[in-house]
Amino acid sequence: MTAAAIDTEREPEDIERTSYLRAGYSLRSWLLTTDHKRIAILYLISITFFFAIAAVAAALIRLELVTPEGDLLSHEGYNRAFSIHGIMMVWFFLIPSIPNTIGNFMIPLMIGARDLAFPRLNLLSWYIFMVAGLFALFVVLAGGVDTGWTFYTPLTTMYANGAVVATVLAVFISGFSTILTGLNFIVTIHKLRAPGMTWSRLPLFIWSHYAVSIIFVLATPVLAITLLLLAAERIFGIGVFDPSLGGDPLLFQHLFWFYSHPAVYIMVLPAMGVVSELVTSGAHKKIFGYWFVAYASIAIAVIAFLVWGHHMFVAGQSVLASTVFSFLSIAVAVPSAIKVYNWTATLYKGDIALDAPLLYAMGFIGLFVVGGLTGLMLAMLAIDVHVHDTYFVVAHFHYIMVGGSVAAFFGALHYWWPKMTGRLYNEVLGRIAALLMIIGFNLTFFPQFLLGYEGMPRRYHVYPPEFQVLHIFSTAGAGMLGVAYLMPMFYLLWSLRFGKRAPANPWGATGLEWTTSSPPPKHNFTEQPVVIREPYDYHLAHPRSRENG
Amino acid sequence: MAASAHADQVDLLIGTFGVLVALLTIPIFVLETVFAIRYRTSREADREHAPVGSNWLEFSWAGIPFVLIVGFFVWSTSIFFQIHRPPPEAMQINVVAKQWMWKFQHAQGAAEINELHVPVGQPVQLMMTSRDVIHSLFLPNFRIKQDLLPGRYTSLWFEAREPGSYDFRCAEFCGTDHSVMGGRLVVMQPEDFAAWLERHSEFGASATLAELGEKLFRDVGCSGCHGPASDVNAPQLAGIFGRPVGLSDGTTIIADEQYLHDSIMLPNKHIAAGYPPIMPTYGNVLEPEQVNALVAYIRFGAPVRKEPEFGAPLRKRREQ
Repeated sequence: MTAAAIDTEREPEDIERTSYLRAGYSLRSWLLTTDHKRIAILYLISITFFFAIAAVAAALIRLELVTPEGDLLSHEGYNRAFSIHGIMMVWFFLIPSIPNTIGNFMIPLMIGARDLAFPRLNLLSWYIFMVAGLFALFVVLAGGVDTGWTFYTPLTTMYANGAVVATVLAVFISGFSTILTGLNFIVTIHKLRAPGMTWSRLPLFIWSHYAVSIIFVLATPVLAITLLLLAAERIFGIGVFDPSLGGDPLLFQHLFWFYSHPAVYIMVLPAMGVVSELVTSGAHKKIFGYWFVAYASIAIAVIAFLVWGHHMFVAGQSVLASTVFSFLSIAVAVPSAIKVYNWTATLYKGDIALDAPLLYAMGFIGLFVVGGLTGLMLAMLAIDVHVHDTYFVVAHFHYIMVGGSVAAFFGALHYWWPKMTGRLYNEVLGRIAALLMIIGFNLTFFPQFLLGYEGMPRRYHVYPPEFQVLHIFSTAGAGMLGVAYLMPMFYLLWSLRFGKRAPANPWGATGLEWTTSSPPPKHNFTEQPVVIREPYDYHLAHPRSRENG
Repeated sequence: MAASAHADQVDLLIGTFGVLVALLTIPIFVLETVFAIRYRTSREADREHAPVGSNWLEFSWAGIPFVLIVGFFVWSTSIFFQIHRPPPEAMQINVVAKQWMWKFQHAQGAAEINELHVPVGQPVQLMMTSRDVIHSLFLPNFRIKQDLLPGRYTSLWFEAREPGSYDFRCAEFCGTDHSVMGGRLVVMQPEDFAAWLERHSEFGASATLAELGEKLFRDVGCSGCHGPASDVNAPQLAGIFGRPVGLSDGTTIIADEQYLHDSIMLPNKHIAAGYPPIMPTYGNVLEPEQVNALVAYIRFGAPVRKEPEFGAPLRKRREQ
């Protein structure tokens, strides 16, 4: 992509000496760093921690559901388990997952910048995130809450048990971290692109992060306001949502989903950006329909704000409103479909190496397609009336968020691991983990579509015995999924010490991040990169296409 | 498992849509696999002239599925409209949900908890509200559900095809015992149902809902102002149900269940034109079940309701 691969020819000792990882060993040099790469690592460690807490909650849920009776947890304990699971996964893992780790690390490298536009603001957003995380941790240690991650009123304001206000504060505070990150990304993408890095040459990863930043900045304040109103009603009894105080309970749902539906796209847009990179690199081929994929991200970010009412088809919303939201929800599927078809077409006549990143990416495409099309079923009013608030919905959004976003997160972690750490991971183990994840995921969540259609409501601690067989399948799959998630933790960490030293461009990929050393020097590039080629400019003279790898 | 004509329609819709979903997804899975095998890097293959875009392809793979899906949108929306248009002859039953039980009030006076008896082949409309948090009445065999909101009426209707017992569950998370907030819908032959109502009336609930309302109307003091003998300037309520009421801000509103409920519980929400806003609130005095009784009284008047209302349309149906 650039005139010359700037840093690929340097000696290992030289790379080692200037690596960002060697720019200070003290705790202070990490905790007060303004280097976007180090902040990305801080985020990676923190979200892994929160992921572990949420995963333990998920394990409790799945174990409890092996039998129809409630034998492991009390009713209240179960409700707290799924509440912690949802709150932790959504706000402390999924929303920051790709943007704040991979995005934080890669955006400056991909556009040829030395850092994000506001490095200190970037550090501040990590600290804000950690303050929020401490509140969340306090909630867990204080015994949790039973509000569910959706905080519906008047349940949350008047009836819920546990550390409700601390939970609301945790989510409220984490929002500021999100807003600052979004602001930082938007300014960086506008102002810090290297010479020659025009908008038409931006990697699609950057396009999708630009789109998600728009949502960060526009949607998160609505959540903040809503949560403040919620806390005000809970603490001071100010009637906003509770009808017995003159409030309107549906108002909360409108405000909440006005944020939380776009938040679904917060979780999936960065994943789509990752998949565009992984598919082109894995197929060693230019993306099919660059502009369609790029503008699809923007279209999703815009339409995402107009579909929130599809969460409220049976909530007491007017029939007319439901009809309009149903139609708009079908419309939002179009840009997603465009992306999927373009990724598939990119594989055509490619030079495909089925390494772990591409396996994860193909897993994403398959699972996202199932999640997306069952989402279309849910957008159909008459179908939603039946399967709303059942396991069908649970399966649907896990296909999007776990099958989709988490798969892409793991794909991204594998793909850029050599760049981030300077080490190669064990490819065989990587492929096994990726396949295990795809199989385990389907075994966990496909039975839940059937459960939902047969009438198993979500958030049920005890359930009618006829659902047991499918629940056992689901729990078995969850065990498999757990192994698939634990494996990378071990072999990736192992590679840090024992892995082979990574070359600058182990995949033979295009993109500015591969023109600097692995790991990159403190200021990313030793000289200013200049972009003179189109994105994904792979040379398809097989088999030489991978030669520089 | 499908217990009504509506459930059949939903099953057909889901089945047909499932076919479309398969038609849209399977090509992706097949192509991904085929490409991954045919173009894997170790294999010689024709990689010349790989396309990098095609507007024609883009518009067709965005447009054709979209048009097909809009067809399904029209179908599904028309079914949705049906479940929001209860037939006029539907028999009305009041439902009040609270943490964590379901209460049902028949117009004939019978009341039950966590069990609902209805006649077969008769449209039943549930007028529902909640006493505390949001609940949702889910009848899986009928493929329907509807949330119940505190301070607001929502409604749901169905017509059971076969006698039998069907589960219902709470579908909206409502706190600690959410997962055990369920019950049983018992669908009976009309004569069995009439006998059941009769039997049930012998055990205490000797009055119709409207008669209970009439008693309340006196006991909680409504009649002091709204009664025929009152000299207070308050609206007369006989025959008001279903008729437009002029409000002090110049608008009019239909006096339905919601309006009557709000006028009792939140009297300052709508002020009837020409009357001073002196009605005290009953928000902390009355339970939703009592409001239902008052509304039944205002709607039907007490003595009229001795003859069960569902009888007439039911007989007509059986003759068909």
